[in-house]
Parts: sequence; structure tokens; C-alpha cells
Amino acid sequence: MRALVAAPHEGTLRHLSDLLVRRHNLLVLILLMPPLLWLGMVYLGSLFVFLGQSIFSIDEFAGTIVRKPTLATLAELFHPANFDILIRTVSIAAAVTLLCAIIGFPMAYYAARYAGPRAKAAFYLAVMMPLWSSYLVKIYGWKLLLAKEGAIGWIAGRLGLGPALEAWLALPLVGGPSLSVSYTGMVLVFTYLWLPFMILPMHAALERVPNSLIEAAGDLGASPGRTFRTIILPLALPGVVAGAIFTFSLTLGDYIVPQIIGTSALVLGQAVYTLQGTAGNIPLAAAFSLVPILVMALFLTLAKKTGAFDAL
Amino acid sequence: MTRAPLSLKLAALAGFAFLHIPLLFILLYAFTTEERSYAFPPPGYTLKWFAVVWERADIWAAVGLSLRVATLATLIALVLGTLAAGALARAKFFGREPISLLFVLPIALPGIVTGIALRQAFGLMEIPFSFWTIVLGHATFCIVVVYNNAVARLRRLSPSLIEASMDLGADAFQTFRLVVLPNVGTALLAGSMLAFALSFDEVIVTTFTAGQQSTLPIWMLSELIRPRQRPVTNVVAVLVIAVTFLPILAAYYLTREGEAVAGSGK
Repeated sequence: MRALVAAPHEGTLRHLSDLLVRRHNLLVLILLMPPLLWLGMVYLGSLFVFLGQSIFSIDEFAGTIVRKPTLATLAELFHPANFDILIRTVSIAAAVTLLCAIIGFPMAYYAARYAGPRAKAAFYLAVMMPLWSSYLVKIYGWKLLLAKEGAIGWIAGRLGLGPALEAWLALPLVGGPSLSVSYTGMVLVFTYLWLPFMILPMHAALERVPNSLIEAAGDLGASPGRTFRTIILPLALPGVVAGAIFTFSLTLGDYIVPQIIGTSALVLGQAVYTLQGTAGNIPLAAAFSLVPILVMALFLTLAKKTGAFDAL
Repeated sequence: MTRAPLSLKLAALAGFAFLHIPLLFILLYAFTTEERSYAFPPPGYTLKWFAVVWERADIWAAVGLSLRVATLATLIALVLGTLAAGALARAKFFGREPISLLFVLPIALPGIVTGIALRQAFGLMEIPFSFWTIVLGHATFCIVVVYNNAVARLRRLSPSLIEASMDLGADAFQTFRLVVLPNVGTALLAGSMLAFALSFDEVIVTTFTAGQQSTLPIWMLSELIRPRQRPVTNVVAVLVIAVTFLPILAAYYLTREGEAVAGSGK
């Protein structure tokens, strides 16, 4: 046994060790310094520099940034063309969130209430794998599926649903020349990408619904449907809200998916991308970037009231 | 426990099918003989595109760059994330909440905001875009992944273990090396693997922090927007699935076994 026990250090190292044990705050400070310097200085600094430019404006003729505080750039967000972009993006994010909740709920509910330990492990793996697999590859998979000559069209044709698909694509707003250039395609891809982010918090919330409450409701004469509406759903709501935080914010900021699948009308991310790039209008890009941040801050404040953070 | 109603089973099953079938199609397309469209079903099957990709120097250069960036970014994130977790796991002090928010921020904010902000900062400091600016960007959002894993494990590690070690005469460094590290090791490894997968796959922040360099996701993005070499892209997609699949699976098993941390029952 002796060989296993290392001899205590002597001298300066021991003194240093004693100092760190006795002065715990010093230890915390030393540990915290490097990551804080990195994120506080490099990251937060650049964030403020960028977003701060939303109070500057651009000189229309010279194309240079006028470093004089003004609210004109922020007001530009409310011009019809820009405001349309905001409304469009928020609507898409809302549709994606709703669809994620509808598709994800039965999955989370089944795993939380009926799955045994082995099935539960399989459930985690089945949700984690798509969550962590490559974002671009997942989009690519959908490009293959949604293409006019792709699998969805072929399967619909085989099942005799070709006319139904045509009719859907002929609809205004959700339709388009093919699924890959329609809002339907874009919302489907977003839903697919962010679904695991919705399932996991919902599952966590449903797991915490005590069985005794459900049994008590049954004992007191509630039908299964009523138990579901009055006990399970309200208790699962914080999980849904927690999931919605992810699905909503991830959709608001994305500009890759709309570039590959969807209509030619811009969404917020694309607007920011073109403004900072070819248009060279950093102030307006910064103003646009403030929108998802503000929307999410508002969302988070409301979510905090429902107790969504315990479900994360 | 009662049995699940059939409708619930079917709805859950449909959800899982939705989550997994698209990736299977990519596997199928890697073998297609069709070059010009995404025609389904594939008119024929061939292995020749794997050979074509094998010969492509530009793709291997992109893979190499992605691997190097991911390795370095993971190492930086591992050090910084572990330090942060060590400081915040059990500490209670004023300002703890905003600091933990700061660690989550790079992944909570849209990637495009992080990307442009870093690009502006590099421009302002006159740092030329290079390999290092990509690493810097990636490390920033990888810290949170390591941090989350390490914090979860450190909170489960019983403080009485550390006290016992010190009572038995070990100093702080020995306690760290002999007691803390063996208990959090797998969590750090799992966090690193997820950070690696995240960095290997990242495209949005990279778009803004890379100069002329092309990481694998950047190469793929250009193919997605303007498809020029569809069969080659199909094969690369399969390779990316393979490369990210293993670390994710490993991370899952590492954190599962870690649930039985010594002293966690106390």
C-alpha cells in the first residue's frame, strides 16, 4: 500500500496548496480568470462592437459608416420591406415550433410513461444521434428528398397521392414550383433539424409528472382524456416552453436553410448576411441582429415565469 | 403500468421514422449512377464515386483542415471549460449567474451574430483571417459543451471525497490528480468529443472567420448552394456521417457509465 500513497509535497508547492485550500475565493478567481478573459474580452467585446453599430448610420453616397448616434437605422427596421422580413421570419419560427411540439409530444410522452429501461436507453440514443449529426448533411438529405425528381415526389406518385401533392403546391403562400422551393419545404427542414431540441426538454418535464397524481385523478373519476388535459398537459407545459426556446431561436437566426431550400423572399438571417456582405451596411445588419436577441430576451422572461428552466 | 394506446405508439413511431429516414437516403445516394439530378429511385448502383473521392486532393485538404481546427479548438475549450466548471460547480458568489450566462451565450445567440461580431473584431484589431481565426471562433462556442459536461459531473461528485483526501494528508494538487480527475475524466472526454463533433461540423461562424481556407463544411455548403459535383458530394456526406457518428456514440456511453460516480450516493 505504501507505494500507492504519494508523499506530501514539500516547500513552495505545499505552501501554494495550503493557500488555495484556505483562501477558496482565490482558487475560484484563478480558475475563472482564463475563461472569463476569453469570453468576456474577446467574445463579449466583439459582440458589443458589432451590435453597438446599430446606432450609427450609413452614408448613402459614399457607402461609409457615419459614426454619429442616431435612431434612424433602428427605425429603418419598420420600413415595409424590412418589416415584412421580420414578420415572415417570426411566422416561420412559430410554425416550426408548433410542428415540433406536435410531432415531438407523442415521442416524449411514450418514452416518459411507457418505455422500460432498455427502451429508454434506445430512445435517448435515437434522439441524440440526429441531434449531433452533421447539420449540413441533414439539410443535404432533405434536398435529395424534396427535389422535384426526388423520393417524396416518387413515393407520392406511387401511392396515388401525386395530385394531392400538386394541389398542395398550387396553394398560395405554402406552395411553389416544387417542394424544395416552397415554404412547406423550408418549414419541414427546420422542423426536422430542431425536433430533438424540443423532444428532450419535453421528455424531462413529462418524466417528472408524479404517477400518484395521475392515479389520484383516475381514482377521483376523471376519464383518461380529462386526466391528460388537466394533469399531464399543464405539468408538461414548462418542457414545451423550454423546447420552444431552442426551436424558436435556432430558426430566427438561421440563414443556411433558406438559402438552400425555400423561396427567394429573404428571411432575417439572409438579410443580415447580405447587409454585412455585398451591401456593406453594417449598421442595419446590427439593427437586424438585435431583433432575434430582443425576441429571445422577451421569450426567456416569459418562460422564466412558467418554470421552463427547471425542465432544461 | 398500463400498456400504451395504439394511436400513441403509431404517432411516436412515425416521429422516429421522420427523424431517421432522411439520413438513410444519403447512404443510398452515395451509390447512385445518376450524375446530373437527384432522381429517385437511382437508375443503377456503383462504387466508383468512392474511388473518385479517394483521388480528390482538394477534399482531403478540406478534411485535414477541419480535423486540425477541431482538434485545436477542442483542446482550448477543454482547458477553459474545465477551469470554468471547477470554479462555478459549487461556488456561490455574487455574479455567478451572469457569468454562467456568458458561457452559454455563444451557443444561445444565432451563429450569424457571433460570426459577424468576431469578423468585425478581427478586422478592427487588424488580425488577418487564417487558420487561427477559425480556431478562435470555434473554441468560443465549444467551451460551453465541455463546461456543461464537467459541471454536471462535478456537482455529482461528493465533496466529502475531497475532504477525506485532504484529511488523509494529500495537498490540493494531489487531491486534484488522484481524486477529482479520475472521477471527472470520462465527463471531460465526453465533452471533448461533443466539442470535436460540433467544431468539425460548424459552418456559420466559420464562414465569417475563415479567409481563403476551405473547411469540409464550407466545401459542402458551396456544393449545396450550387451543385456541381453531385455524386462526389453524396459520398462526402456519407463520410461526414461516419466521422461524427463515432465520437457521439462514444460520448453517450462515457456519460452513461459515469452516472455511478464514487460517492454520488451520499
